[in-house]
Order: sequence, then structure tokens, then C-alpha cells
Amino acid sequence: MAKHLSGRRPPRIGDAPKFRRALIGIVLFFVAVVVIAPLAVIASHAFSKGLPYFTAAIAEPDTRHAIMLTVLTALIAVPINTAFGIAAAWAITKHDFPGRRLLLIVIEIPFSISPIVAGVSYLFVYGLQGLFGPVLEAAELKIMFALPGIVLASMFVTAPFVARELIPLMQAQGRDLEEAATSLGASGWRTFFTVTLPNIKWALLYGVVLCNSRVMGEFGAVSVVSGNIRGQTNTLPLHIELLYHDYDAVGAFAAASILATLAVITLVVKVALERQGAGRRSRPASLAGNDSLSEVKP
Amino acid sequence: MKIRLDNVVKTFDTFRAVHGVSLDIESGELLALLGPSGSGKTTILRMVAGLEYADGGHIYFGTEDATDIPVRDRGVGFVFQHYALFPHMTVSENIAFGMKVSKVKRSPEAIRERVEELLALVQLSGLGERFPGQISGGQRQRVALARALAVDPRVLLLDEPFGALDANVRRDLRRWLRRIHDELGITTLFVTHDQEEALDLADRVVILDKGMIVQQGTPEEVCRHPENAFVMRFLGDANSLPATVRDGMAYVQDVAYDAAGLADGTAEVLFRPADVAWREDGQGVPAHIVRVLDRPDSRRVLAKTTGGQSVEFDTAPEFPHRKGEAGFIDVRRPRIYKNG
Repeated sequence: MAKHLSGRRPPRIGDAPKFRRALIGIVLFFVAVVVIAPLAVIASHAFSKGLPYFTAAIAEPDTRHAIMLTVLTALIAVPINTAFGIAAAWAITKHDFPGRRLLLIVIEIPFSISPIVAGVSYLFVYGLQGLFGPVLEAAELKIMFALPGIVLASMFVTAPFVARELIPLMQAQGRDLEEAATSLGASGWRTFFTVTLPNIKWALLYGVVLCNSRVMGEFGAVSVVSGNIRGQTNTLPLHIELLYHDYDAVGAFAAASILATLAVITLVVKVALERQGAGRRSRPASLAGNDSLSEVKP
Repeated sequence: MKIRLDNVVKTFDTFRAVHGVSLDIESGELLALLGPSGSGKTTILRMVAGLEYADGGHIYFGTEDATDIPVRDRGVGFVFQHYALFPHMTVSENIAFGMKVSKVKRSPEAIRERVEELLALVQLSGLGERFPGQISGGQRQRVALARALAVDPRVLLLDEPFGALDANVRRDLRRWLRRIHDELGITTLFVTHDQEEALDLADRVVILDKGMIVQQGTPEEVCRHPENAFVMRFLGDANSLPATVRDGMAYVQDVAYDAAGLADGTAEVLFRPADVAWREDGQGVPAHIVRVLDRPDSRRVLAKTTGGQSVEFDTAPEFPHRKGEAGFIDVRRPRIYKNG
């Protein structure tokens, strides 16, 4: 229908050639300046002193430690938030309870609050001078300026990701499938693993991927609670900043390129998942009788 | 399995969906719960299934009190309005699901055999490897029925089973469901808002309004002897003329109808469009024709009485009168109900 059959008919709104060219031009320019150029610069700077320097920068113990810490944080925070996201989506979409709508809003709070606010508030709660400070000190539990604090801050920031992906999908699917499975005699767990999970798996993976990329890249909240102890509580994003302030530009760019690589991998996985019918806006693949879901056998 | 509901009550938040409903469903009976939306019919069905719990009263399966048995252990086959087939499983896997999760262990061969048997029963042999998305709505409904029957339920419950289908498919499936029911003899309860469907299919019809049973009986009983104006209106087109009852007679304008046993006061005379004869000899309520509509097998006439009431009636296609002509409406089977 995009073709103009006759010149007499005015183009549809926003379809004039001049407007179209200008619009596309502006977008391309914007993407080049804002997105492509910085990424290209990271890559070129990271390799500017040659591959050996790059590998040496990566092999530097503090950088390696930062990478390991970031991965470890993700390994803890992402599964917990995934479980939380599924539980929250399940509770909100399959059950009626007072405060359901409020919970929906509360889950979204981390999206709208600046991560640094989250970091500072954690400090007030778990820090030495904080609410639970004396108790934690007495129990010799170190949460602030240690791994638990980093994980907690990361979890706060990424809490909504999985739930936000699942809720619209599960709302669209309704409760019929679970009710059908239960009426046929399936237990709750059985229902979840053989009926619910296969129908939300792509959206779930999509949420996990988004959650993971955010955990790995989180800077603001973590920078408050980690204490920036080199080789101990420095995550990769914090370490990059540290290297940069040390005037080790190549080291900083090398570390940044690692983080960027992780992000690009995430992006590729995300696009692949979107092709499978995940993502919020697409119709639930399951309802369309998508063949790609057919490999799942209970 | 005989099912008995004893004074069952269900309240949602502040809205009372079902007010003390008592109902006996005989073993092997095919019973329709018929009512407009919001009449509580689906809620009753879901309570029998165990998908909702009753706030009061009891539900008996035979002599067993099933009120608090969870849906999982209740042994019911439930067919959902929108089928609720598992989209990621093939037709065969859908049908086999209940047998696979059952506490009664069956060998894979036994399950496969039973699936084939059920596919044959619902006339879908050969479609077992398809996915629900690859078959038509009517076929999906039959798969849903086969899936529900696979676990040998004590009672079969269907929620608006044909609601989402085309009119033609609907009629075929209706007749087919009746055949299956006669073959299996399973106690079946289904919900519908379509009176034609209920009358066509059921042994007995239970008519509900605002969470209460207003009448129950065989299709013949409810059609021939509607107990009140609601049933009369709900079961089909009905004309209404305001009347005054005096000394056992109901008067519409100057025309008197027998209303023995009714107290004096206002009432309404209800009658079906087919129960009207158009006359020119002064017998009946005076009226004039407003419009004539042609239908494949009849002619429907829209008329207005001199009292200003609209009346519709059906005539033979040869009906000679036209718009604007005056005459008299002679009602053959008037039903007179007190107002309120």
C-alpha cells in the first residue's frame, strides 16, 4: 500500500520525500555521533598500543579481579532477580489480592529512581551508622563495602527487568491454561514447569538478558556501596573509572572494551531472542501456535 | 454420578454472584445452565469444578461432600470457553496430558492407545501431530473435549462450549456433543447464554437470573409454561402489552383476556410473535402496520397499537397488508404476569 498509484493524490502524512530524507538523515547522524563513534573510539584506543599491551592490560591482576567480581555479581544477582521476577509476575497475573496494583507500581520504582539514590539508601540501612549497622557489626556481617552490598545494590537496580517482561505476556495468556492443567490433575510445580514456563520462556530469557546486561554495567548504585577498594570491591565499571583517573587511558579503554564486548554479546542474544518472538510488544508466540515452541516436550 | 448443590453461595468482593442455589443433577443427565451474563451461571459451573470455592452451602458428588475437594482431586473434566489448549503441545500431547500427570500410572503404550481412541471418538484421527494453532476452532473444541474425557471424569463441565464458533459449526457440534453424551452416558453440565443451544441440547434447562434459579425443567416445560415474565422474555422474542386485572380478567384497552387467579391491579400480557393473527373484523387490539420485513420463510410485521405499544408478529410470506393499514391484533396464547 506504500506505492503511490497516481501523482495527483497527496502523500500520506509524514510521507513526503523531503521529510522522509530529512528524518532518516537526522536519525543516522544522531546514531553515528551518539552511539557508533564512542564505541569505535573505545576499540581503537584499546588497541592503540598494539595487541600485546591490550592483553597485558587485561591480564593485570586488578583488572582480572574486577572482571571476576562483575561476573560473580551477575551470577548471584541475576538468578535471584529472575526467581523474584517470575514469582512477582505469577503473583500479580494469576492471583487476586489486595495491593496488587500497588505492587505493580512498587516493582517499577527502580526504573524511575536514580541508582545513586538506591546506593545511598542502602548505605543508610546497612552501613555502620545505618539502621542495622550495630546489629550487623555485632554479628560480624560485612555488607557495605563488600560483595553482599554490591549484589544487593545491583539487585535493587535490576529488580523490575524480568517481572516487566513477563507481566504483560502472562496477563495476555490469562489463567485458563493453568486452570486446565490443574483440572486435569497436575500439581502446582508440574503445571508451572510443563505449562507456564514453556509459554513464557522466550520473554523470560529476554528479561534475563536485559537484567544481566544491566547488572554487569551498573555503576551508580554500586559505586556508593562498594567503597572502590582496588582488587577487592571494584567491579569492572568502577575499575574503568579508576584506571581512567590514574591516567591509564589504554588500560581504561581495554577494560571498557571488555565491558562493551559483554554488552555486544548480550545485544546479539537479545536480537536472537526477539526473532523467537520474545519481547514485550510482539504477540505471545505461544498463542500464534508458533512452531519454534514445538521442541518442548513435557 | 449424581451431583447435588445445596444452598450454594458465592460472593465476589461485595458483589453477590450466586445466592443460595440448590440443584439436583441426575446421573447421566445433560443439563444446561442458561442465563444472561452476570446471572452467575459460570460461577456455579466453576464451583462444581472446584475452580472457585463456595462461600456457603455444599456440593455433593454422589454421597460424597465435594465442597472442599481441590479441583485437582475432584475428578471433573472441564472444557473452557476458549479451549485453553496447551499451545506448545501437539493435539496428542494435549489429550495425553491428564493421563501423564495422573496419580494412576499408565504405560506409554496404554496412553498412546487411549489417545488414538479419543481422537477417533472426536473424529480427529490423523490430526494428533498438529499443534492447536494449526487446526480450526471447531476442531480445537473437540480436542478440548477429548482432553477432558481422557482422565475418565466423574462429571463433564463445559463453559459456553460453542460460544466462540460460527453459527453453522455451532449447530453441527451441538448435535455431535449430544451424540457423544448419549454414547458415554456421563453426567454433563454446560453453561450457555444461548437459549436455542440450551433447548436444543439439554435434557433439562436451569434458567438463572441475578444469581438465583428462576425456573428449571425440561425444554418443553420451560417453553410451554414459563413461570414469569423474565423466563418468557429470555427464551425468545416476546411482545408486551400493559394490562389491568379486574375480577379475574385482564384488560388491554377494551380487550379482555382470561386471568383467573390473578389479584386486581396492573399486569402485563406477553405473547410470542408467532401467536398473533392480524384481523380486520374488529376482534383484538386495534393497531396499524408500521413496517413489513421479509425473511426467508416468513414475513415479520411491525405494528403499533392505538395505545402506542409496539408489537411484532410473524405471518405467512403471502401476508397481503402493507405499511399504514389499520387492523386488529388477535393474540392466541397470551400469558399474563403481575408487574413487579
